[in-house]
Amino acid sequence: MTEILILRSGFDFNGIYGFFDEFMPDSLDWLVFLITSLILAIVIINAVVLSTALLTWFERRLLGRFQSRLGPNRWGPFGLLQPIADLVSLLTKEDTIPEGADKPIFTLAPIVFLAPALIVFSVIPLHGGSFLGNLNVGLIFVIAITSINTLAVFMAGWSSLNKYAMFGAMRAVAMLISYEIPMGITVVAVALVAQTLGLSDVVLAQDIPYILVMPLAFLVFITAASAEMSRTPFDLIESDSELGAGYHTEYSGAKFALLQLTEFMAPIIVAALVTTLFLSGWRGYGPIPGPVWFVIKTFIVLFGFVWIRASWPRLRVDQIMGLAWKGLLPLSIINLFVVAIEVFIFNPGENGLSTTDLWIMTGVNWGVTIIAIFAIFNLLGQSKSERPVPVISPLANMYANTNTVKKITDLAEAE
Amino acid sequence: MYGLGLVKGLMVTAKNLVLPSRMMTVQYPNRKVGLLGLSKATGVPLPKLLLKDPITSVKSLLGMAEVKESLPQHPRFRGEEFSWYEQRCTGCASCAKYCPLGIIEIVTSESGDQMQEGQKYHLDKFDIDIGRCMFCGLCVEACPYDALHMGSGFEEGTYRRQDLVIDKRKLVSAKKTPSTWFRPQLASKKYDPHKGKNVKWDGAGRHEKPSLEQQQEKWAKR
Amino acid sequence: MPINTQPVTINLGPQHPSTHGVFRLRVTFDGEQVIDVEPVFGYLHRGTEKLAEERNYVQIVTLTDRLDYVAAMTNNLAYVRTVESLTGIEVPERGMYLRVISSELQRIASHLIATGFLLDELGAFHTPLIYCFRERERILEMFEMLCGARITVSYMRPGGVLQDAPTDFWPRLDDFLTSMPGYLDELEGLITENEVVLARTRDLGILSAQDAINASITGPVLRATGVQWDLRKAEPHEVYDRLDFDVPIGSVGDTFDRYYVRIQEIRQSLRMIQQCVAQIEPGPVRSKAPYFIRPDSVDAYVGTESPKGELGFYIVSDGGISPYRMHIRAPSFINLTVLRELLIGWKLADLIVIFGSLDIVVGEVDR
Repeated sequence: MTEILILRSGFDFNGIYGFFDEFMPDSLDWLVFLITSLILAIVIINAVVLSTALLTWFERRLLGRFQSRLGPNRWGPFGLLQPIADLVSLLTKEDTIPEGADKPIFTLAPIVFLAPALIVFSVIPLHGGSFLGNLNVGLIFVIAITSINTLAVFMAGWSSLNKYAMFGAMRAVAMLISYEIPMGITVVAVALVAQTLGLSDVVLAQDIPYILVMPLAFLVFITAASAEMSRTPFDLIESDSELGAGYHTEYSGAKFALLQLTEFMAPIIVAALVTTLFLSGWRGYGPIPGPVWFVIKTFIVLFGFVWIRASWPRLRVDQIMGLAWKGLLPLSIINLFVVAIEVFIFNPGENGLSTTDLWIMTGVNWGVTIIAIFAIFNLLGQSKSERPVPVISPLANMYANTNTVKKITDLAEAE
Repeated sequence: MYGLGLVKGLMVTAKNLVLPSRMMTVQYPNRKVGLLGLSKATGVPLPKLLLKDPITSVKSLLGMAEVKESLPQHPRFRGEEFSWYEQRCTGCASCAKYCPLGIIEIVTSESGDQMQEGQKYHLDKFDIDIGRCMFCGLCVEACPYDALHMGSGFEEGTYRRQDLVIDKRKLVSAKKTPSTWFRPQLASKKYDPHKGKNVKWDGAGRHEKPSLEQQQEKWAKR
Repeated sequence: MPINTQPVTINLGPQHPSTHGVFRLRVTFDGEQVIDVEPVFGYLHRGTEKLAEERNYVQIVTLTDRLDYVAAMTNNLAYVRTVESLTGIEVPERGMYLRVISSELQRIASHLIATGFLLDELGAFHTPLIYCFRERERILEMFEMLCGARITVSYMRPGGVLQDAPTDFWPRLDDFLTSMPGYLDELEGLITENEVVLARTRDLGILSAQDAINASITGPVLRATGVQWDLRKAEPHEVYDRLDFDVPIGSVGDTFDRYYVRIQEIRQSLRMIQQCVAQIEPGPVRSKAPYFIRPDSVDAYVGTESPKGELGFYIVSDGGISPYRMHIRAPSFINLTVLRELLIGWKLADLIVIFGSLDIVVGEVDR
């Protein structure tokens, strides 16, 4: 039932509040507020957790096919019940806390990690509005809330009293904070073109999807976002071949389940954000309803994430930091400048930029993107690509005490 | 150009995603099949299958129907279930001597039986501790009378270590599907142990079993 | 303002995903920087050399399977060659060809494992590893045809090989030889030009030719430094002197060269097998050799080019049925001599990659 309600645009905070407010006396406003929040919380948590469970199955099956194997296929139809089996497995395990660990922080970290992910989902517009209605500072809210998980990762790593976890946590703090900056600057560019900070309004302003208008911003955002959620090629926080498991080395049982849940939730949130900011959200064509478009677009982005994860190795710490400061930051600033100049020239009034303006911007920005990426990455990487031709070292001569060469020539002559 | 290598890598993985011939997984012991796969595996034509067993058909549409499957193995595979023929064994204990780990225990006593040729001992004990066996096959290589053969199976899991000691009784009653490893006489007959056909003791030797007249002639000469 | 930092000592291993078994590195870090490394090994010590003293010369073949457990064929070859040099047993022609075919197949399998795990340590989520294993699987299936086992083959015996290849082996080998170069190109497309791989492996852990020779390093690690040294050419054994092949070398001696030399060696091995298939003729595969070999009281050392380097056996005989003493020159172990010098100064992530590019197998290190 809740699934159907979500699809209706009226199912947000104001709608539910109004529904209960009609037959409740004014003195019980606090109760109405409480009930509304409770309903919303239940709906959001269930929706997000279920979609995360689906995503884990989707990702594992797809990764399996990329690696020419099968992926989970034993539990339920096509292995769909595998996430539930995993959950049961994790919950029945002993929940250990290492001796000497900072117990309160150790216990709190998974919750601090999970909460922002759930909260962010409440403002993402699925159709018309989000669960919290149309929050007019949605963009700032999202950026602010998602930076909390840096803290949670550090809490988990620090309190574990484990050197591997500590390494992971230190890397996390350095990397996540660096990538906040280019991400924030690209979001500013989006807000500038859309002339609003509300997420629903950003979608409504996208007569042309912003992936076409600002390809540079899209690339920077998606790179920074995959670093933010520490996925390949930026997964050095929990780089399994170096640190074992990174910041959650010491976690087990239910706490580990929460951490893993949030980690798998991050791609969904990022994909939903990318859909909202760059792929024109729920807007689509034909009779297919908006939420379906939203889900399709989200899954295309998720497919891209999985594809990259299946294909590329991981970068090193200093290279990742270098990419953030030397690559993405200049690119995002270039993008912001170009967009700002264009918006200044077109000078939109109350109704925002017109479609013609957007098409002109598209043309200009594609040129800028290609030149900028070419310039920056050739400056960064091309210099080291030439290698000397192999020269046989004079230190050893393997033909010294044999007549191998002669024998081969003899054979050739005999033939 | 910088970045082309990354795109090339993406193309390689995409190729492996799309091409079904790149799949290498063998689902063991059961393979999940769809509706068409089910009719192919069971040999029942599709319409008949739908009418006869609608529940399994629906299950197969949901990807929950299973058929048996295992990795195809070469007849030479050195398997776990040793094939030992009491009729061929003379109790010479070559196998026990040649075993690098010394896990074959043979106790014999004298007996007057003559199965084929030469004196034969009565075997009181013939134990192979396959819990420590490494399946090198040296015992089979050593056997001069082709009495001991490597087996073909590998599904001999037990819950206790002592169950892994195969004694004489078990060896006698075991399925006789010997591997053709170091047994060219079986390989030349194109024998495939995985088809489940048992080999009798007189078919496993290097030479044909002599006829009764030949045997009598030979004994008369003595 | 100077920052006061404190070095951190971490035990990488013995239980660690990237130490190729139970190998332990006690590493001291300054931040992410390695300032000291102390390798600790012996966790997989099984006393192979001592066990050999209580077994006869044929039974020891089964022990050599378990030295470098991803390259059992070449271990067998190295051992039986030593026994043959000790006793003077002759090997028939076809036996030598089968030995070369099987050990070159084993070299391909071993190099595929080295490449796959190197990429796994670089952080590619198992994809190149599984592609490598897929191709290795076909080699193992061929081994199963030859000798009934996939890993612990025990295929070779003093005086030849155990038994001839079955008839269905040759079409399978042909199929492998025709399709493998294509798969190899595909694997290279995934790795060789990938910018992330290049950024991670180029100029990383450079080993100079002089240092490599001083540390008596052999195998692909040595050839990556530019030293062209391959025992198959330097001291041709079996039928290697009848085969036409190159010895690929690297230019800089860094991690990328070590990877690339291996890929090129796979191509050379395929070439060699092709020539062997063309040259092989029917005949016996095993000469008459007594089961209980009693060499005169002599000793012999023979080195063989295994996938990891020069695998040598030194056997001292007192005339009995088992060796008086057997010593194994394990290439994995000796290639580790430069580990400390290679690792100091690099970061944690580089440590794993350099260590992986040396391609050790702990079964051989600890013996």
